[in-house]
Amino acid sequence: MYEGVVQDLIDELGRLPGIGPKSAQRIAFHLLATDPADIARLQEILGKVREGVRFCDICGNVSEEERCRICRDARRDPALICVVEEPKDVLAVERTREFRGRYHVLGGALDPLSGVGPDQLRIKELLARIGGEEVSEVIIATDPNTEGEATATYLVRMLRDFPGLTVTRLASGLPMGGDLEFADELTLGRALSGRRAL
Amino acid sequence: MAWGLRGSTAWDHGDVSLYRDTGVVLRVHKLGEADRIITLLTRRHGKVRAVAKGVRRTTSRFGARLEPFGHVDAQFYTGRTLDVITQVETVDAFALPIVGDYQRYTAASAITETADRLTAEEGEPALKLYLLVTGALRALAEGQRDASLVLDAFLLRAMAFAGWAPAITECARCGEPGPHPAFNVQAGGSLCGRCRVPGSVHPAPEVVVLLAALLHGDWTTAEDTTFAVRRDVSGLVAAHLQWHLERQLRSLPFVERRAREAPITGRLGSDGVSGDTEVAGAAQGTRGRDSSEGVAGTGQGA
Repeated sequence: MYEGVVQDLIDELGRLPGIGPKSAQRIAFHLLATDPADIARLQEILGKVREGVRFCDICGNVSEEERCRICRDARRDPALICVVEEPKDVLAVERTREFRGRYHVLGGALDPLSGVGPDQLRIKELLARIGGEEVSEVIIATDPNTEGEATATYLVRMLRDFPGLTVTRLASGLPMGGDLEFADELTLGRALSGRRAL
Repeated sequence: MAWGLRGSTAWDHGDVSLYRDTGVVLRVHKLGEADRIITLLTRRHGKVRAVAKGVRRTTSRFGARLEPFGHVDAQFYTGRTLDVITQVETVDAFALPIVGDYQRYTAASAITETADRLTAEEGEPALKLYLLVTGALRALAEGQRDASLVLDAFLLRAMAFAGWAPAITECARCGEPGPHPAFNVQAGGSLCGRCRVPGSVHPAPEVVVLLAALLHGDWTTAEDTTFAVRRDVSGLVAAHLQWHLERQLRSLPFVERRAREAPITGRLGSDGVSGDTEVAGAAQGTRGRDSSEGVAGTGQGA
């Protein structure tokens, strides 16, 4: 145990995700040895994050204004909506440079064990958005795990009655750069059932 | 199977102790950057919490097999605090068909949460519960029975294994053979006219018949019931379970109860004396909306 504020700093850093006691100690001593100007910049950014960042009124992505950069961009196709669980998933899809539509961030996945049901997610906002905008396709890009698949199942059921709306799901299959022999049977089974003609 | 027969085997490799067992994945927790802590209910070792390293990466060789509801054959090595999963083979891929139906998904979540709660001690064998959980998940995966009935049958039998079976065909206090008109969760089930206490509810006779059928596995009788009777049974079962667990199950309020049959015909009667709302309130916490639209039961617990 260190004295006073140093130990407080280590304790606070240790509460961050992925930071254990050793890492917290290392970061704390790095900060103690850092130039005061760098510390001031970090303090300023932390203050701005707390006060300046909000969620987009339309898609729920993190934003500095009422509408996020993607929802403000007139070049993005408003008829295409990609539904993701978290803001970080928006970044993952954007990195592909394949998608030119807009997003809808649910804020998680249906997980009864953690007390997350349909009312805890932004599903009502999605339905209102589809009802009020000219949307032709909804791409469900929830995580390919149990909770993500169950969320996709639920969304399909809620969306299937919208006339003229196509609902699609991200394909699942084998990762690039892998060996077929190491693929698990669930992934390989999905890759087979979702095979495409060449 | 590449590395031997199913079942439990233990090897001692000097300092590293390896063991193998079949188990059902009850729940998973994220750990660090790409790992998960997997809670399994195993055939020989009871509840086991073990670390699965790197399973959140898309390149993981067995991440997909360690999703909730998966029935797997796994190899562990004994760690200082948590064991580590080193190899996994799928025995039954229950998760795929279950997540394709929201009602079955919510029922399966309640089953795994109950199993987790009922096995407080890690490493203590719970073979009966393991067989019950795999049987219930198999029934949900096959989809031939109403998910709500499967869940209630599981809850009743799991409580019976834990020593909390409700008295259904006899009085919970004096043991007089029934059926009896009153039911009181705190008292342990059905109560005869002499033993009845304030706060008891008066389930319809069909509700008592269905409770007994689910407890004893009489599916012909169980499936020949209306939605209203099933809903009342679900309420009593949930209230009974949560009374004994002494805490709310997080997944129960989300369990979707859908009407497949005739519209609602009756409700639980009540003594109308002080205390009767406690049971009814606890029961309501488990009921989803009864519309055939399939809107999720999102009512929060009582």
